[in-house]
This record gives sequence, C-alpha cells and structure tokens, in this order.
Amino acid sequence: MESTQQTESKIIELKPFTDEMIVNMGPQHPSTHGVLRLELRLDGEIVREAIPHIGYLHRCFEKHSENLSYPQIIPFTDRMDYVAAMNQNWGFCLAVEKLLEADETKNFEVPERAEYLRVLICELNRIASHLLSFGTYGMDLGAFTPFLYAFRDRERLLLLFEKICGARLTYNYIRIGGVSEIIPLEPGSIEEQNYLDEIEDFLDYFEPKIDEYNDLLTSNSIFSERTMGVAVMSEEMALSYGATGPNLRGSGVDWDLRRDEPYSIYDRFDYDVPVAKDIPELGAVLGDCWSRYKIRMDEMKESVKIVRQILAEGLPDGPVMADLKAVRPPAGEIYFRSEAPRGELGFYIVSDGTPKPVRVKGRSPCFSALSALQELSRGLMVADIIAIIGSIDIVMGEVDR
Amino acid sequence: MNPEEIYKTLSDKFGESIIGYDTELAGDSNIQIAPTAIAEVCQFLTETDTLAFDSLMCLSGVDMGVKEEELSVVYHLYAMQHRHSVVLKTSVPKTDAHLPTVSHIWKTADWHEREAYDLYGILFEGHTDLRRILLPDDWEGYPLRKDYQEPDFYRGMRVPY
Amino acid sequence: MPEIFSESFIPKINLQESSNWAKDFVQEVIIPLLPEALKGHFPVEFGTILVMFTVAGIFVAVVPLLPLVLVLAERKVAARFQNRTGPMRVGPWGTLQTLADGVKLIFKEDYIPPQGDKILFMLAPYVIFACSFAVFAAIPFGEGIPIPGDFNIGIFYIMSISSVIVMGVIMAGWSSNSKWSLLGSLRSAAQIVSYEIPLGLSILAVVMLVESLSMSQIVASQDGGIFTWLIFRSPFTFIAFFIFFISAIAEVNRTPFDLPEAESEIVAGFHTEYSGMRFALFFIAEYANMFAVSAIAVTLFLGGYEGVLPGYDFLGGLPGFVLKTLALVFLMMWLRWTLPRLRVDQLMNLCWKYFIPISFFNIFGTGIWGLIFETDDVWSIGISCAIIYVGLISAYAIAGRIFARKPEPQPSSV
Repeated sequence: MESTQQTESKIIELKPFTDEMIVNMGPQHPSTHGVLRLELRLDGEIVREAIPHIGYLHRCFEKHSENLSYPQIIPFTDRMDYVAAMNQNWGFCLAVEKLLEADETKNFEVPERAEYLRVLICELNRIASHLLSFGTYGMDLGAFTPFLYAFRDRERLLLLFEKICGARLTYNYIRIGGVSEIIPLEPGSIEEQNYLDEIEDFLDYFEPKIDEYNDLLTSNSIFSERTMGVAVMSEEMALSYGATGPNLRGSGVDWDLRRDEPYSIYDRFDYDVPVAKDIPELGAVLGDCWSRYKIRMDEMKESVKIVRQILAEGLPDGPVMADLKAVRPPAGEIYFRSEAPRGELGFYIVSDGTPKPVRVKGRSPCFSALSALQELSRGLMVADIIAIIGSIDIVMGEVDR
Repeated sequence: MNPEEIYKTLSDKFGESIIGYDTELAGDSNIQIAPTAIAEVCQFLTETDTLAFDSLMCLSGVDMGVKEEELSVVYHLYAMQHRHSVVLKTSVPKTDAHLPTVSHIWKTADWHEREAYDLYGILFEGHTDLRRILLPDDWEGYPLRKDYQEPDFYRGMRVPY
Repeated sequence: MPEIFSESFIPKINLQESSNWAKDFVQEVIIPLLPEALKGHFPVEFGTILVMFTVAGIFVAVVPLLPLVLVLAERKVAARFQNRTGPMRVGPWGTLQTLADGVKLIFKEDYIPPQGDKILFMLAPYVIFACSFAVFAAIPFGEGIPIPGDFNIGIFYIMSISSVIVMGVIMAGWSSNSKWSLLGSLRSAAQIVSYEIPLGLSILAVVMLVESLSMSQIVASQDGGIFTWLIFRSPFTFIAFFIFFISAIAEVNRTPFDLPEAESEIVAGFHTEYSGMRFALFFIAEYANMFAVSAIAVTLFLGGYEGVLPGYDFLGGLPGFVLKTLALVFLMMWLRWTLPRLRVDQLMNLCWKYFIPISFFNIFGTGIWGLIFETDDVWSIGISCAIIYVGLISAYAIAGRIFARKPEPQPSSV
C-alpha cells in the first residue's frame, strides 16, 4: 500500500506550466520582415522561448566575393540591405578606399564633389529606410494606414534615386573612388539645379509630415501601450549583443559613428544624435521598443538637417570619380565600419595584392541585433515578438547575406 | 591606448601566449595570440579597467589559401569608454581547428562563432549551441575553406548550375 | 412598487406570437385572392408556413448583398483615408469589384486540410454564416416591415444567437489542424465571451428603462424625437451606448480588437486554412455582423426607425434606420484604419477592469434613475441631457489635461 502511494506521489508532480506548444513563426509569415523563422515555444499566449533560425536568404555573398574583383562586389552589397542599398555600397567602398589609401605609392583621394553626393544620397536613403521601418512597424502592430503614408513618401525618394542612378532599389551608385557617372550631373548645369530643387521640394513637403506621423502613430495611446516598457534592452545587454545604430541609441548609449569616428565629410555638418532616455510621464522606459522606434523618427529629422546643409552649400565643382586605373589594394587587411540606417555596417577585407579579395566579411548590424531576440522575447507574448522584430528593424537580406 | 601599448600590456601579462605584433602589411595591425589563450586574453581585455573592451565588433574566420596549413580567427574589439580598438588574431591548424569560445564574454560572439563554424568548420570549445547557422543542418563541408569542393547533389537537387 | 418587478417583465418564449403576422397575411391577403371554391378549404397553417419560408428565402437572398456593398464601402473608405482611389477597374468606379471577387472565390479550390477534422471544418463556416444572419431576423428595419422574429424577447434572442458564433469560430480553429488557427480561435473565444458581459449589461440598462425585451417595443418607446432616444434618456444609457458600441466592435473582431484574425501576428487566425467559398462565407458573415451590431445599437440607443423630430418622418423609417446604421458602420471603418491593435492582456484588462465595473455601476444608476423618474417626462429628459452635457464638458476638460500633448523630448546632443 505504501509503495503505490509513493509511486503515485512521484507521478503527481508540480508542473508550473501547462503543456507547451511549439509553433513555427515563418519563414512565410506576414511580419517577420522577410524569411526569418522563429521557433516559438508557447504556453498559451506567453512565449517561453523564441529561437531564431536564419539562413533562408543566404546568397553566399562572402563566397562570391572571393571570386570577384572589388568593383564587381558592389552590386552584391546592394542585395545585403536592399532597403538602404546606398549605405551598403558606401560601407564597402569606404573599406576598400581605406585599404587603397594605405598604399603610399599611389596618391589616392576621393574627390570632394563625390563625397558631397555620397552624403546627400545616403542621408536621403537613410530617410527612405527609416520610413519603411516606421511604416512596417505600424503595420506589425495592426495600423495599416501609416504603412501606406510611409510608402507614399518613400516613393518620392525612390524617384529621386532613380533620377540619379537609374535604379530604384539596388543602386550600385557609389563606386570605389567616387560615384557612378552613368547619368552625368554636370557641375553647375541646369540638370543639377533642378535635381537639387527637387530634393528641396521633397524636404519641404516631408518635414511637416514627420510631425503628422508622430501624431498618427507615435503618440497614439494604443501604440504606446503596445511598445512602451516592452522588451527592455539594457545598455550592457545592447553592447554585449553588439546592437548598434538606433538600437544602441535606443538603449541610451550616446554613440554615432558619423559623429564619433567621422568618416567622409560628416565632420562638416551640424546635426544632433538622438539618444533615448526614460520618459516617466509618458511611460517610456529606456531601451524599450518605443525608444528604439522613436530614435528612428528623430533621426529622419536629423537627416533632413544634413541634406538641407548640403543644399545650402551647393555641390562643389570637380570630378566625381578619383583617377583610378585599376582597383588593386596592397596586401593587408582592413576592418572599416560606417553608420548605416540599421547600425554599424562593418566590412572586413583581406587582400593579398591581387585584384580579388581573399576574404570579405560583412558585419551586419541586423545579424547582431537579431541575436538578442532570444533573450529579449523570453516571457513576453506572441504579439510582443512582432513588436520586437519590428523595433530592432531587421532586413533579412543583411542578416543572411 | 593604441594597439602597440595594448600589445605590451598583453605580453607582460601573458608572455608566451602572445606570439607577436604584426604591422608589416597595409591596413590594421594585429596582435597574434595562441589559440588556447584567446578566451583568457579576451577576459583580461574586458575586465581590466584601463582596457575595458566592452564590444566585439566582428569575429571572422579567414582562410588565406589552399596551400596554407592554418585557418585564422580574427577578433575586432572596441572599447566604448576609452574609444580605442584592437585586432586579435589566432591561427588554428586546418586539420584540427578548435579553440576556446568567447561567447560567454560577448554575447554577440555566439552567432558569429556559429557562422565561423558553419563556413570554416572551426570548433569553438565551450560554445553552448554550436550549430550551423546560415547553411542547412545537413550540408556537408565548409564552403568558405579554399579547398572546398561543392557537392554535385544536395538532397537530389543539382548544386552547380 | 415600480414596474420593473412586475410580472410582465418576466420573459416567456412565445414563438406563436411571431408567426401571427404570417397568419394574418394569409387570411387577409391570400385567401380573398383565391377562387370561391377553395376559400373554405385552404389550409391556413400550411399557408402560414409557406409564407414564412418565402419571407426567409427573400431575406437570405437579399441580405448577403449587404456585405457585398459593405466590403466595397470598406475598401473605398480605406482608400480615401490612405490617399488612394481603391478599386477602380471592375465596373464604373470599381463598383462591381466585390462581385468579381466573389466569383473568383467561388471558382477557387475548396481546400480541406487532410489531417483536420473534415466534418467540423466544413460545418464551421455555415454555423457562423447562419448565426450572423439569424440575428437579422429580430431587427426591426422599419414600421410596417414585418419582422420575422418579433417576439417578446427579441434582444435576448439576438444575444443568444450571436454568442453561438463563437462556437463556429472554435470549430473552425480546432478542425483546421493549424496552430495559428487554434490560437486565433481561442483568442476569439476568450474575447467574445468576455465582451459579451459588458455588452449584455449595457443592454440591460436599456431594458430596465423600457421594461421590455421586445425590439419593436424598445423602438416604440423612442418615438418622441431625438431627445426621447434612449441614449439621451438617462446619463447612464449614454455611457451604456459607448460601452455597447466598443464591446460590439470587439464582438465582431475589428481593429483595434481584431486579435483573432491579426494577420501580422497569427497569420489570419481561425480562417487561415480556409479558401474559396468557405472563406467567402466567413467574410460575408463578418460584414453582416458588423451591420447587425450597428443596427442593434441604432435600435437600442439611437431611436431605431424613429425620426429625429416628433411627428415628422425626418431621418426615420427604413432610410433613416439604414442611414444611422451606416453611420455607425463608417465609424467602425474609421477606427479600423486609424488605430493599431491591442494586445491580448490589454484587451482583457479593458473588459474586466473597466467596462464591467462601469456597466455594473450603470445598472445600479439606471435602477435609481428609474425609481426617481417613474415616467419619461420632459423633466427627466431635460435633467438627463443637462447631466450629459455637463459630464461631457468636464470629461473633455479632464481628458484635455491628462492627454495634453506633452512637449516632445528633445534629443540630447553632445
């Protein structure tokens, strides 16, 4: 009799959780921003664990790069973060140029006009990227209208890009040593003036729109309830996981490569770096989804500022391409990082002096930020997972490369 | 602190494990470290107040060529507080590529090491979850090794096209 | 002793009453038309049933057109909100778009998940469809328009029928053999069951004032112009209207309460696995539901088919009723295209922590109001309107202070 009681007491054990359900979110899912697959262990609506599985968009960028010459790699960088392809082009070109500059025998320098064009276009591209992020974030949380508003404005930007490089999404515009000359923009010509006027028109139209979007979504009480205090990423956690860009600034770290490690001509412009902080009267906690989202909204304003300064100065005269016979960096290695819209985009290039690199590694900001998802999502709800993915703003092309 | 000073500090502390300081080639100069000591060195680099390398920018595997006997692992570190950076490099033999993990020091190393394992077949000892990350679980071989031969078929599908 | 407690209030199901109009129709219209020889022999009972079936047939044939119009309206309204034109290709200004969509859906493959429960899977859309259309039976569309189910417990019938819908949702979710469907259907079940409580309680406030459960009597009690509409009859019904309307939005699963079919979270919820005509049935049922709850809200609070002015038929009758209903439907669309979606726990918080206590307070208040003003005279309505006016103003002032646009936090710069 006693023995049966004992066995029974073994069987009846305290189970703190009910049965768990394992659900695959993705790779075909409306709001995983591409082909991310999350393996969710759910206890009802509560997520016990969310394990990201990536690689569905792996296109062997690094393997391809080893068999291509440096200029041929640039179109591949377009396909990394296809939402902000200009910045990806630039990141790669900056790394190669840095390596070229290390070769003292050649006097290599990127012309002034090209630098201005690069900053102009990349800041506009940053706006386009943040607009997409804002729109899709609204859609993730169930508000469809901001998405279309964002795409309406992004459309105008894409038309501007199309005018200067002929492509809307994968530009291949920024080249090693300058920018593409496929559609020439003669210094001082009427075309140049028209183009700059068009950008100015867009900025005049767009700047008030940011406030409108803040009214529509940012200050919406349902939106803030969904995002404030959700998935708080502390400063230490953000640094440890290698979260960069808006995600890092959303955790309160005052860090922007454009300002702190100025490359190109960013030290000539006057702009602020938005950094999140606790806003108790609103309910926002430092490092939550809302902070990360708000940083992007604020950054659009700063980008507008930078572009306005370029427009006020006007583009300098001169060539847009350095005098570069062949791209043949000296043997050596370089790691260079630049501030892409999603964070620090680093390229690690190993060269052995031949026209083809030995090794190219793209250190993508989304890859690092996404690795924090598993820890961020523990114990939250299914709906919060969506809020997190949207707030860390991933592009799967860049995660998988 | 510039990399040279960091090199001096490290070689004072670790002696033999710090193999050398490579400044010959263009670009970044790097500190060569014995693979067995990498975790301790990284631990030291994060925990010392004057160094305080709190972020791992990048961790990459490198294969310099078919004839090379060794694979390299390169660590790009940055210290937010002191705003200085350093590049660490270790080399492991291709036939027996393994070295200690640093994923307990920087959490971002978790995925980066999985990627290096996936593409180069470098085993990181002590890594809690060393699986393929970009390629399918049943993929054979390590594609970024220079001697990699792509398979003819993967699950009945022709691979070269 | 107030009349609330009198015997007439006790509901008794009397289905015979509901067929009276059909019997009258047979005796007064059909029998005089018949030849003399047949007049004495015509089976009245059979004729009654035949008439009822005919009316039901007409009903089922006509009412599905309503969602057809509503779907188009929704798309057009959404397009307007989003600086688009909406469907423009099929027919003039795209008016035949939904028809084309319907035809497409009919021709699509009717996929049934092989691992699912086939019978339940096939049955679920019909349950939902049937229930959402059965609700229409008790809605008084206009004076003189026969209500098929005008029995003395009309609103009770509507509540009970509409809560059967959740059965269909659970059937659909369970039988699909998909985890997203299951999640969606359970969300839906929790949501509908929870929101039925504030919904029922706010209806109770109306019922206490009118002292009847019959839909036609509820409308009849609001025939004195806009100020006798139940929403203005007491401050508590005014609150009850908003609780009713918000709960109704939750009942029909529309944004911001569209968690059961939140496409960005759980793909499409309980109807993820459905395709073809079965999917179309869900779709039609959703829009029919939307119209139905708006119509109920109009009947209960906004005067039903009674007009704005006493004695005149301005904004009254069938056109007035439809106009008022569509206004509420438009409000629902407006909310849908503006607001994000709540989270499950927030949804439940809103229901259990706010709506249900307020509803109970409402019932308490309505009871006291009924004790103070035993009849609806000018005084009671005047005092009620005054209280509503003062309440609105003070609520606006308080809310203005709470929700005042706070200065944007300035980005820190170095």
